[in-house]
Amino acid sequence: MQKRSVFKSKYLPYVLILPQLLVTLTFFYWPAAQGLIQSFFLSDPFGQSNAFVWFDNYVAIFTDPLYLKSIGITVAFSLTTAFVSISLGLTIATLANRATRCKALIRTMLVWPYAVAPAISGILWLFLLHPSFGVVALALKKGFGFNWNPVLNGGDALAMVIVASAWKEISYNFVFFMAGLQAVPHSLIEAASMDGASPFRRFRSITLPLLSPTLFFLTVMNIIYAFFETFGVIHAVTQGGPGGSTNTLVYKVYQDGFIGLDMGSSAAQSVILMVLIVGVTVFQFKFIEKKVQYAG
Amino acid sequence: MVLRKWVASITAALILAPAAAMAKPVTIQWWHAMRSARGEVANEIIKRFNESQDQYKVEGSFKGNYDETLNAGIAAFRAKKQPHLMQVFEVGTQTMMLSGAIYPVFQLMKDTGNDIDWSRYLQPILSYYMNADGNLVSMPFNSSTPVMYYNKALFKKAGIDTIPVTWDDMGVATKKLRDAGVGAGMVTAWQSWVQVENYSAIHNIPFATLSNGYEGLDVELTINNPQMVKHITRLKEWAKDGRFVYSGQKYQGPKAEFLAQNAGIYMDSISGIAKLKKAAQFDWGVAPLPVEADMKNPQNSIIGGASLWVFKGKSKKEYKAVAAFLKFLSTNEIQEYWHKETGYFPTTIDAYESLKAKGYYKADPKQEVGITQLKRRDPTKISRGLRLGSFTQIRNIINEELELVWNGNKTPQEALDSAVKRSNIKLKSFAKTYKKRS
Repeated sequence: MQKRSVFKSKYLPYVLILPQLLVTLTFFYWPAAQGLIQSFFLSDPFGQSNAFVWFDNYVAIFTDPLYLKSIGITVAFSLTTAFVSISLGLTIATLANRATRCKALIRTMLVWPYAVAPAISGILWLFLLHPSFGVVALALKKGFGFNWNPVLNGGDALAMVIVASAWKEISYNFVFFMAGLQAVPHSLIEAASMDGASPFRRFRSITLPLLSPTLFFLTVMNIIYAFFETFGVIHAVTQGGPGGSTNTLVYKVYQDGFIGLDMGSSAAQSVILMVLIVGVTVFQFKFIEKKVQYAG
Repeated sequence: MVLRKWVASITAALILAPAAAMAKPVTIQWWHAMRSARGEVANEIIKRFNESQDQYKVEGSFKGNYDETLNAGIAAFRAKKQPHLMQVFEVGTQTMMLSGAIYPVFQLMKDTGNDIDWSRYLQPILSYYMNADGNLVSMPFNSSTPVMYYNKALFKKAGIDTIPVTWDDMGVATKKLRDAGVGAGMVTAWQSWVQVENYSAIHNIPFATLSNGYEGLDVELTINNPQMVKHITRLKEWAKDGRFVYSGQKYQGPKAEFLAQNAGIYMDSISGIAKLKKAAQFDWGVAPLPVEADMKNPQNSIIGGASLWVFKGKSKKEYKAVAAFLKFLSTNEIQEYWHKETGYFPTTIDAYESLKAKGYYKADPKQEVGITQLKRRDPTKISRGLRLGSFTQIRNIINEELELVWNGNKTPQEALDSAVKRSNIKLKSFAKTYKKRS
């Protein structure tokens, strides 16, 4: 039996995907190609001179110790952000799934932060955690004598941007886990509890495997988010400081390209970033997806 | 009947058309980065210009912060849709000068038959925007300089009777403040601009080779000189006992500390006066930046802020309009209005004298501190300004390295050496980009 529906005209399917194709071509492939070309040139911002310099821009980047440091920061930052937001999202979803009252209200409240723009979320956290005017920071200093200082201490600054970035993404993860949890058949859980499985065991052996497609999807999405979309948070909170300790790869592209007007280097950095994220995603699909159990 | 009507309307059209064309003013665009209160003042200036005559019309548009405005201008120039006039911050001066996209202001004024006596302008302001031959390439617009704000109430509490003049006095005063239980002796905004760039200018120490980059592209930074290292080492010493507290690269953190009376002394741009007047709940004063005790005749401090650049590729008629607008900006009326409303300096000596004659500075001496510090001496080749490519990145590097000093990861010597080394790579790459062209 053939499940697939077949178009009568040979061309209709192409016509139908054309709009999407055009959008991808104009907003992804064209700028990406421009970036690739630009990365081999040394040019001034006003476009008055363009000198082809082969791989000079790439060589300069990889011989810069700060760039290598920035890669390390980005990896640490992305993994921690993804881990924190996924694990908290899962925990909250599991708890909310058990709520018997006001389920809809609880869910809405928990989804809310996702509607906040990254830059605004950054500012919110800054008002809580800035050592000079942050409410929480001042309370920590005065109440507990805890010297919290993200303006000076790189570790504190990194913690602050991770908290601000993860906070926003928890809601996103929450929505998907919530949907995933509702798809777990109750009969399985009940059968397991009759067999005497503890709540933790039930979660580990039944819920988690059935959630694995969601978990996999969210891991990919969260890492991409942490790589690219946390720009707003970092820009609002630390601007890459102190001493470059929160200068992730994306923020460096902005600093060198938009602020520093060094087009060649920032284009080369974008290309590296693109290769990196494609690599990570391919890796995830190739090796981790094997462990995912799709229902059906 | 019909014919007569036709004749009448054609005649009317013939008579009215040239009149309409003549009445239509030449319009020029001005892109700027002045938001909120300053934006309103800029709009008011435009309005006054447009109302003062009917030949020309200026259209102002706010394009975001300095970086965003510059990027908008670059994109527009590449698309051949550049505005006539654009505001660019002082660190972008070298990039603009070498861009090949601009019409130097002195040339524009000469070509449009405007004979301007540039010596009637405040030289430390002009010198920042002059080329190596001493000709003005862009029109100074908003200029400020850093000064020292102090909390009079806390000074009294700590028993400080005289305002610190030298850095040695600062050491004593900040110590007294700390002993009196104040959270921080001093804080500083814009550490690179205030503690490195201005410190160098005031003490006449080169910030970079080739007269701070005015004389060529093969420039290298020299901020790892012994006196600079000494200054940073001193601040690092003070950071240990809270005489100096680092509270951020920009002004928000330090300002918050000063306003909360957590810090007795706060160094920041003179344009911060307006904000302090509104927000400070205590009695405060303004004084010049401290100098070293052995510096008997301190140099002028240098400016920050932005200037107006004229793009090339426009018609003669339009350039006449630009020149008229720039001349209008230099009139006493506008200069005084701008200074009073924003705290930025008047650019001309005439406007300054006129304000003085009107008793403005007697009534509000705080406003004069910056200008006195700026014009206390004619600028030398070292104190006239900085002319560096990739300057925003260099400031960023200096910020990063200083932060590594404050948090104890590097010694002042290591950090400044590294700042020089990293900046020189940027400068070399900048030189390479622009030399390929010529």
